[in-house]
Amino acid sequence: MKMNTNSNTYTIVYATIVVIIVAVLLAVVSQVLSPLQQANVKLDQQKQMLVALNQELGDDPAALYETLVRDTIKMDKDGKKADVLVFEVDGATKYVYRLHGAGLWGGIGGYLALDEDKNTIFGINFNHESETPGLGALIVEKPFREQFNGKHIRNAEGNIVSVAVLKKGNAADGQEQVDAVSGATITSTGVSDMLKANLEEYVEYLKMEEIENVEPED
Amino acid sequence: MLSQKTKDTLLGPLNVNNPVVVQVLGICSALAVTVQLKPALVMGIAVTIIVAMANVIVSLIRNTIPMRIRIIIQLVVVAALVTLVSEVLKAFAYDVAMQLSVYLGLIITNCILMGRLEAFAMTNNAWDSFLDGLGNGFGYAIILVIVAFFRELLGSGALLGYQVIPDSWYAAGYENCGMMMMPAMALILVGCIIWAHRSINKEEK
Repeated sequence: MKMNTNSNTYTIVYATIVVIIVAVLLAVVSQVLSPLQQANVKLDQQKQMLVALNQELGDDPAALYETLVRDTIKMDKDGKKADVLVFEVDGATKYVYRLHGAGLWGGIGGYLALDEDKNTIFGINFNHESETPGLGALIVEKPFREQFNGKHIRNAEGNIVSVAVLKKGNAADGQEQVDAVSGATITSTGVSDMLKANLEEYVEYLKMEEIENVEPED
Repeated sequence: MLSQKTKDTLLGPLNVNNPVVVQVLGICSALAVTVQLKPALVMGIAVTIIVAMANVIVSLIRNTIPMRIRIIIQLVVVAALVTLVSEVLKAFAYDVAMQLSVYLGLIITNCILMGRLEAFAMTNNAWDSFLDGLGNGFGYAIILVIVAFFRELLGSGALLGYQVIPDSWYAAGYENCGMMMMPAMALILVGCIIWAHRSINKEEK
């Protein structure tokens, strides 16, 4: 005998069973895969830091990371800020700071590598959640990133002023600048704001030691 | 080797019954992911896999689904599949998952999926539904790739991220067409494809 698939009882029971099956399935899959996913996230962060340090990733980024990383400087106690990592690249000390901010469609982030003077940018790397491909998403590409290399985050007086991301032709006031991605004004402004806001967050840490060798440029 | 009906199921959506240019489904995502060729390709493949799998599952349970909540059940199947695929990708192919990011979620709302589930999988057996899913996925992917090809070539002077317009052209005054970067251009290109497609297939109608 064929069941009446249109009765109220059948509909409710059917819906309940389907939802339970799907819920259990997704919960189990999520639990089983979560260690693998976390390992991937960690590896991805390490890779991004290596890119910020101008390293070729090669076959085994995790091993490369281990050979370069030296120390972790714990940030403030409430744990809101990510730790600052200390690396040694070709005999020189580099500090890596995590960045986070907002783009046009979603969050943007990245890693900033500073030289030992905590002023000169050694390298930088960006990531984004959902910026427009071909426009805002271009911030992760080399041509945009490499503009930052060698720029200074401090002005001649040694104050932290960050680096501005500006449309070609505009001149920044009292800070160094790089060219924005054309057609992606909001993402570019987001990068600019992110750098400024994050450097302000790290300001306590950046002040902690005597600043030497601040060479005013331009 | 394949019967006429099977052939129609699999190959029809590539041309005479194309989901994008004939049924005009899935236009929204065609606008979103066609600025560059690579995301368009990946999206095409992802939709093909998901629509084929969803078709099979819905086809297998089609006789048990209560009519009044069938759309909800279809949606649950699609959403569960997309979530599963995204979790598995995050665990085993993290780079791909990061590239797909938003697009993967967009698949849930792709009208082609609901359209095929409702129009085909609810009334046909699993094997035919599988072929129908593959056919429609490929039909969708073809249009996406054509649109993305022109948008990336004319808008960025590149294909798959590699520059193809020589620097000498730029030196001679050639400029990329900024319009191609706008979503509206995707709609206009799809319109052109529909125009060409209708002209070629006039006799068959």
